[in-house]
Amino acid sequence: MDFLDSRHSVAKPGFSRWLVPPAALCIHLCIGQAYAFSVFNKPMSQLLGITEHVPGDWSIADLGWIFSLAILFLGLGAAFFGKWVEDVGPRKAMFAAACLFCGGLFVSAIGVSLHQLWIVFLGYGVIGGIGLGIGYISPVSTLIKWFPDRPGLATGTAIMGFGGGALIGAPLAVNLMAHYKTADNVGVAQTMGTMGAIYLMFMMVGVLIVRIPRAGWSPAGYVAPTASQGLITSRNILVGEAWKTPQFRLLWLVLFLNVTAGIGVLGQASLMIQEMFGPRLLHHLAGTPEAIKDLAVAGAAFVGLISIFNMAGRIFWSSTSDRIGRKPTYMIFFALGAVLYTLVPTFGHMGNIALFVIAFCIILTMYGGGFATIPAYLRDIFGTANVGAIHGRLLTAWSAAGVAGPVLINYIRQYQLDHGVAKADAYSITMYIMAGLLVIGFICNFAMKPADEKYYAKKLAEVSA
Amino acid sequence: MNANVGDVPDPGNTPKLVAAWVFVGIPLLWGVWVTLNNAIKLFQ
Repeated sequence: MDFLDSRHSVAKPGFSRWLVPPAALCIHLCIGQAYAFSVFNKPMSQLLGITEHVPGDWSIADLGWIFSLAILFLGLGAAFFGKWVEDVGPRKAMFAAACLFCGGLFVSAIGVSLHQLWIVFLGYGVIGGIGLGIGYISPVSTLIKWFPDRPGLATGTAIMGFGGGALIGAPLAVNLMAHYKTADNVGVAQTMGTMGAIYLMFMMVGVLIVRIPRAGWSPAGYVAPTASQGLITSRNILVGEAWKTPQFRLLWLVLFLNVTAGIGVLGQASLMIQEMFGPRLLHHLAGTPEAIKDLAVAGAAFVGLISIFNMAGRIFWSSTSDRIGRKPTYMIFFALGAVLYTLVPTFGHMGNIALFVIAFCIILTMYGGGFATIPAYLRDIFGTANVGAIHGRLLTAWSAAGVAGPVLINYIRQYQLDHGVAKADAYSITMYIMAGLLVIGFICNFAMKPADEKYYAKKLAEVSA
Repeated sequence: MNANVGDVPDPGNTPKLVAAWVFVGIPLLWGVWVTLNNAIKLFQ
């Protein structure tokens, strides 16, 4: 297993740095399957009844915990193993991520076969979740080192893969379940096992391709800045100091607020379009020749559409941030996001599906863009030395938002329904609250300034320690 | 500092580079295609 050591993954002269983004994509396209886990929910709630939910079957509410646990352990895994990832290099970290994530799928397949939900929680939620966390951060600092001239583009490419992973994972799972389904088996366990095997092979290609630049390497024509420029530092703050800085706390809030607003809507998008435009959609879809027969399918199509914008926004905004800067990019996210969230209820009242969909597509580009731009923002503020480990700790904001976003949107909606608000109007207040969160995010981002001198590593030896 | 020693990528890397991008590109494009095909029906 020596080849996994970072000393064996140092690039030889002539190596093209453009091989590193596909290596990162091999990991992120697979672990991004987590976003599509909900395709298993309905069949997993009918493991005993096969065609319908029967007593003894798992409830959808219980199954929802699998994804929540996976996101929780993603954050915890990234936070706890971030420094280890920095120490051992991307190859060993990507290998560990592949084993954990795919191992989690295999364990879950066993849990489904035995109809033991706790095994699925342990498999996909805990083991797979830690794999998600390690896999998510493993190529980030390597990409930043290969692309010091375009860190946003480089990390955005990888993180775009996480968004794209859902687009692959959902139809792949649906097709496999259709293939394995029999009269007495919904095919979930076999599908999870097969996906684990496919993803393991795919991720191992990334493990084989990835390389780290040798010491002192820099791309042609690139001159590393010798002095800090604005928010972009030319020095380093180590992970042990970084998380004590006000800048880390502000960035944590920036990510948390951006993700809370986006994740709450992403999880409810299907229901929202059905409840806001139900009668209109039914009429609208009645004439379509193809398979769309009910509102749920229309809702799923809407979720698919905004997932594409979620993915595209990751590469668009992160590469834009290389040109206009990270702080202005987040200013746009929060300002434009707040305006669009405020307008969404109006579009709903107008009954204008096109404007409603366009608004959500733009919002979702900024949700994805927030994830993809944050590693480069961290690089700007804290330097390159420990950016992977710092990124890992910051991802706890994602875990927190993964709980806060859906809870906020669900409970506020339920409160309104309980007080007699019509279903179609129930999301208005939620949208205004989300807009308010984005205004707070705008203020946090506005307050960002370079870190105090006392936090910087004093010696080069300290950086490489 | 030995910077820029490996700046000029070996042209022999090109097939490897194409293969790597095709390897990740095909599943991604397939996923986008399937998703777009479903989503487009919303607007038909």
